[in-house]
Amino acid sequence: MSDLAIQVENISKQYRLGQVGRKSIAHDFNRWWHTIRGKEDPYLKIGQENDRTTKGSSEYVWALQDINFDVNHGEVLGIIGRNGAGKSTMLKILSKVTSPTKGQIKIKGRIASLLEVGTGFHPDLSGRDNIYLNGAILGMTKKEITSKFDEMVDFAGVERYIDTPVKRYSSGMYVRLAFAVAAHLEPEILIVDEVLAVGDAEFQKKCLGKMKDVSEKQGRTILFVSHNMDAVLNLTNRCVVLANGKVTYIGKTASAVERYLTLTSRSCSYTNNNPGSKNVYFAEITASELGYIFNEPVIFEINIHSNQHVKNVALGIGIHNLFNESIANTIIENALTLVPGDNRFTISIPSHNLVPGDYKGAFALATEKTWEFFDTVLEEPSFKLFNDKDDSMLLSRWNTNFGYHTLPKVNIIPK
Amino acid sequence: MSEIPANDNQWSEIITPRTKLFDLRLKEVWRYRDLLALFVKRDLAAQYKQTVLGPVWYVIQPAFTTIVFFFVFNKLGGIKTDPVPAPIFYMCGISIWNYFSSCFTATSTTFVSNAGIFGKVYFPRLVLPLSVVFSNIIKFAIQLGLLFVVILYFVLFKNYPFHIGTNFLLLPFVVLIMAGVGFGGGIIASSLTTKYRDFTVLINFGVQLLMYITPVIYSLKFVADKHPKYQSLILANPLSSLIETFRYSVLGYGDVSVGWLLYSCAFMLVTVFAGMVIFSRVERTFMDTV
Repeated sequence: MSDLAIQVENISKQYRLGQVGRKSIAHDFNRWWHTIRGKEDPYLKIGQENDRTTKGSSEYVWALQDINFDVNHGEVLGIIGRNGAGKSTMLKILSKVTSPTKGQIKIKGRIASLLEVGTGFHPDLSGRDNIYLNGAILGMTKKEITSKFDEMVDFAGVERYIDTPVKRYSSGMYVRLAFAVAAHLEPEILIVDEVLAVGDAEFQKKCLGKMKDVSEKQGRTILFVSHNMDAVLNLTNRCVVLANGKVTYIGKTASAVERYLTLTSRSCSYTNNNPGSKNVYFAEITASELGYIFNEPVIFEINIHSNQHVKNVALGIGIHNLFNESIANTIIENALTLVPGDNRFTISIPSHNLVPGDYKGAFALATEKTWEFFDTVLEEPSFKLFNDKDDSMLLSRWNTNFGYHTLPKVNIIPK
Repeated sequence: MSEIPANDNQWSEIITPRTKLFDLRLKEVWRYRDLLALFVKRDLAAQYKQTVLGPVWYVIQPAFTTIVFFFVFNKLGGIKTDPVPAPIFYMCGISIWNYFSSCFTATSTTFVSNAGIFGKVYFPRLVLPLSVVFSNIIKFAIQLGLLFVVILYFVLFKNYPFHIGTNFLLLPFVVLIMAGVGFGGGIIASSLTTKYRDFTVLINFGVQLLMYITPVIYSLKFVADKHPKYQSLILANPLSSLIETFRYSVLGYGDVSVGWLLYSCAFMLVTVFAGMVIFSRVERTFMDTV
């Protein structure tokens, strides 16, 4: 227990939707009237779960509801979730930009938040002045900034422009300078929101490296929020997955990321009712809703619609992982002969060398020899491969952390 | 989770929905004093960037206001400022009034105009309105310098009898109370405007009108002589005795009453304290409503 850096206890945050106007002043009075009589805020009872896609009956929503998690000292914890899941609200509460409606957070150590790079940058001031201003806003003293000034300029690589107003900077330079200040903060706890979504690839790498450095070598605690799953996987060991303002999972990053990705995109069937000018196209591809079991065939039902007789159609089949990387492919030449109208097939893929996990299909139809594509479907439909039923095979307990394939039959020849 | 309950003393900070009413966290403001200094510097440096005249604008504004007041109120309106020459009289009132009104109006928009920064990073919010008060004091000092140049001109060429005496010792005291009223009133206003913008409108013309019931363009003596029935109304304005005292401290001319000065002083203390209490309450959640 002594090694906790942050302890989040039952944090809830309520927001009121809609415009501020005459109605809200009536609510304010009602709330105040309840408070002076020592009663509970009447609007805290009626909040609803925050799902932005559905129409709600209440003006009040819970952006966060009973959030509990701990962050260990020196740990890099990721917070992931879809847009509107409550990530930013959580970070705002942690960085004291706004306070929670209920619950409490205990923090050990100086905390600095980086919800945005270049907060408080003034376009008319020089790079030098802005380094000082931004550093001070982030909580550094003038002395600290001076001692790190050269390092920051060096990190940003803008030495030549340091006495030019930042409004003359290219947007990349601006961000570099801003991140350089932030990267040289030395708080015990650093809160980082998707600030890495800017800058070129080289600079992003540099930032990630710097953050890794900060956590590993200097033993700082970092809370990291991002939609960039590669960065999350790269940096964090543990993740909190938020959905509609609630924690749905806390645990190892790899499993958390998978859970997040299945949350975002999971449809076990693909349909196309609007083919445009295509003469031959996939009208429907369906995978099993229940998923498949390791070592048993993965079966797709496909329906190809054709406007004419076509012979010797080649079928390409691929399997993608949740990061949309292609992990296995095959092409079957002379696979199909199509007649006008619907052509239904069942495709069965032996799965004994695919490890349990979440996958997506990929399909293509092409002419023989000339390889003109009739139609392609990428990253659909999704399917899941489960562990072996009785879990007796060692292989079936593998997951995608070990790679996606098992090796085909290996021969062991005694000598 | 471990069974051992965590000892609350080991946490350096606990974030909860509410704080104690009088927890103003002034220590924290002190810790961020470097930031305060940098904000002051930013205000001063950025305001007239890319202008040719630069800080000269600080003196052009009161100079032209003085000229306009001189013609409108002195020549056309016939408000007598004797024994002080009208330009000096007006410039003196305008400089201290400007200080108050810019402190007040600029701090009153603290939350609304800085929502961008406040929404992204935490630092003691009081630093911003304080920085406004300090950067305005520098502008005020420049305008005061102009006033002394004008006085010097009148001494050299118009035989205006000017003495430097102990009345000067009152000057920092008056400026301090003035700053307090502007700051306190401003942060109260800024707290009110976060949710309901109606106050922004009210404040903008309210300050303009307030000047007319403050002895800026006339003296208290003028009111007492010509319109004695309004005298109590004007004295009830806590800024009135401050303006008079300021004029006394610079020019050696004005009605100074210890009683009214104490009234202004008490008003300032109440405003500042109430302002800080309200401000510290609002700063915790204003991001949700601003």
